[in-house]
Amino acid sequence: MYGYVIRRLLLAIPVLIGVSILVFAIIRFIPGDPARAVAGVNASPEYIEQVRRDLLLDEGVHVQYYAYMSNLLQGDMGRSTFTQRPVTVELMQRFPNTLLLSATAMAFAIIFGMAAGIVSATRRYSLFDNTSMLLALFGVAAPVFWLGIMFQLLFSVQLGWLPSGGIGTWKHLVLPALTLGLATTALIARITRSSMLDVLGQDYITTARSKGLVERVVVYKHALKNAMIPVVTVMGLQFGTLLGGAVLTETVFSWPGVGRLMVDSILARDYPVVQGAVLILAVLFVTINLVVDIIYAFLDPRITYGSKEVE
Amino acid sequence: MFNKTGKVDAHSKLPTPKKDTEWSQVWRHLRRNRLAMVGIAVMALFVLCAIFAPLITPYDPIKVDFGSAFNVPSSENLLGADWLGRDNFSRILYGARISLIIGFISVAIGMVIGVPVGALSGYYGGKFDLFIQRIIDILIAFPGILLAIVVVTILGTGVENVMIAVGIASVPIYTRLVRGSVLGIKEQGYVAAAKALGIGDSRIIVRHIMPNCLGPIIVQSTFQIATAILWAAGLGFLGLGAQPPDPEWGAMLSRGREYIRTAHFLTTYPGLAIFFMVLGFNLIGDGLRDALDPRSRKHR
Repeated sequence: MYGYVIRRLLLAIPVLIGVSILVFAIIRFIPGDPARAVAGVNASPEYIEQVRRDLLLDEGVHVQYYAYMSNLLQGDMGRSTFTQRPVTVELMQRFPNTLLLSATAMAFAIIFGMAAGIVSATRRYSLFDNTSMLLALFGVAAPVFWLGIMFQLLFSVQLGWLPSGGIGTWKHLVLPALTLGLATTALIARITRSSMLDVLGQDYITTARSKGLVERVVVYKHALKNAMIPVVTVMGLQFGTLLGGAVLTETVFSWPGVGRLMVDSILARDYPVVQGAVLILAVLFVTINLVVDIIYAFLDPRITYGSKEVE
Repeated sequence: MFNKTGKVDAHSKLPTPKKDTEWSQVWRHLRRNRLAMVGIAVMALFVLCAIFAPLITPYDPIKVDFGSAFNVPSSENLLGADWLGRDNFSRILYGARISLIIGFISVAIGMVIGVPVGALSGYYGGKFDLFIQRIIDILIAFPGILLAIVVVTILGTGVENVMIAVGIASVPIYTRLVRGSVLGIKEQGYVAAAKALGIGDSRIIVRHIMPNCLGPIIVQSTFQIATAILWAAGLGFLGLGAQPPDPEWGAMLSRGREYIRTAHFLTTYPGLAIFFMVLGFNLIGDGLRDALDPRSRKHR
């Protein structure tokens, strides 16, 4: 098990290096002068020259990357061309908000998605099953930003129950988390249902039932753990979708997170902040996948056998 | 076949047995799937609307008419009119064109790059495979729409760039899918037989391996079109996709949102259009997945 965890950690290193190269390359791929892009549209020629020197743009690309990485590892991602504040400070202020929103949405999706999936599987073709699977089908298709606006219209404008945007109390979190988590809830419900149905049809479940075990024990003790394996895989992948959705949800609800900062910075051509935001979201996603893979190994002991399973 | 006396009429032709191909079986199975049929109907409706938009509506989707600004839904403006007096229904119809074009072309871009790379990576294996897979690992480290946002940041906004961005963001999905399929198929006896006969690698890949990967590619593409439409609408919503005055659904929704209290129809209907189009493709994808899976076909 520990061998697997270490191997998985080592595998994440080249990915993170690759991510840093891609993020480093963003401003170099943008048509035009990278120094001007980093300095900002209204920068003076002197300042552009200073940025050119700071970024070592007259040196080779490998020298530039080395300097970029050295700064990055010391927590220096440059300065925002818009606010002139360090990018790291800008990001650190918003990162906890993105984490809070995504984690709440994911927790909501796991709890309600799994519950709906389990009940649907155990009461196949019942009214609950049909309704929840139809809702799940709708949940996956609805654009997250549209759902957000519709929730604002209903719960904030019409009913006045919840704030339509901003941050502060738990009430501010409800609508964004619900909006962001709904598609994932739908997907988890569908996967849990089909996975549970697969497992419930297996011989060892029949054996457990024939031993006279109570249905509750059969479902929750014998079936659920094995049924969880594909669900956990989907959760890891879904976190990516969730982070992508967070960019949109944060924009709808004026939630001061990294996603909204990124979009604002792209529109304002504040490239150092764009780079930082993209990097932090990608690193978060890689980390989550790492954690999910490790949880997966605990759930399915076959993964630690031999070496091929890592593929 | 039988004549009135009940004897076999030698002159009547026996019905020639229909060739029961894999695809006719798939279609037969798909036809029995009600939800998939709903999906096909929805998609057909959108395609027809996109093609015949100028015949369905008399309005120009980008022509400004201040006299009609904020008209509520009525017989004149079926789904109301926006802040510039443009007919909402017409804009949604023309928007179907943009969404469908983005969906199909971006998926084509993803396939054109992803499928050959995945096939070669799976077939040759070794260092080439290792190299390609590490690149794919890096691309996959960016959640789909985020990768599209990165590409749009570099290329700039506009429908063409959105197609490229969403297409590039779909490449890893195809590469992984095709590589996985090829890895399984290349171990089959008939591939070994083709190799033993001295058939070249490119011919083996194209003629013997790829036809067997077609099923998963078609299923994935159907879902991927839905995802591409959602991503493109998302980019449009963020102001990073199609630009005014293009009647792109995401962008329409974004601007319409400013008038949510007084003219909610400007956000409700473009959103519903995205929802139904995505739902349609997802239903077809679900149906195709079941129809192409021999196990589920046997159960029926």
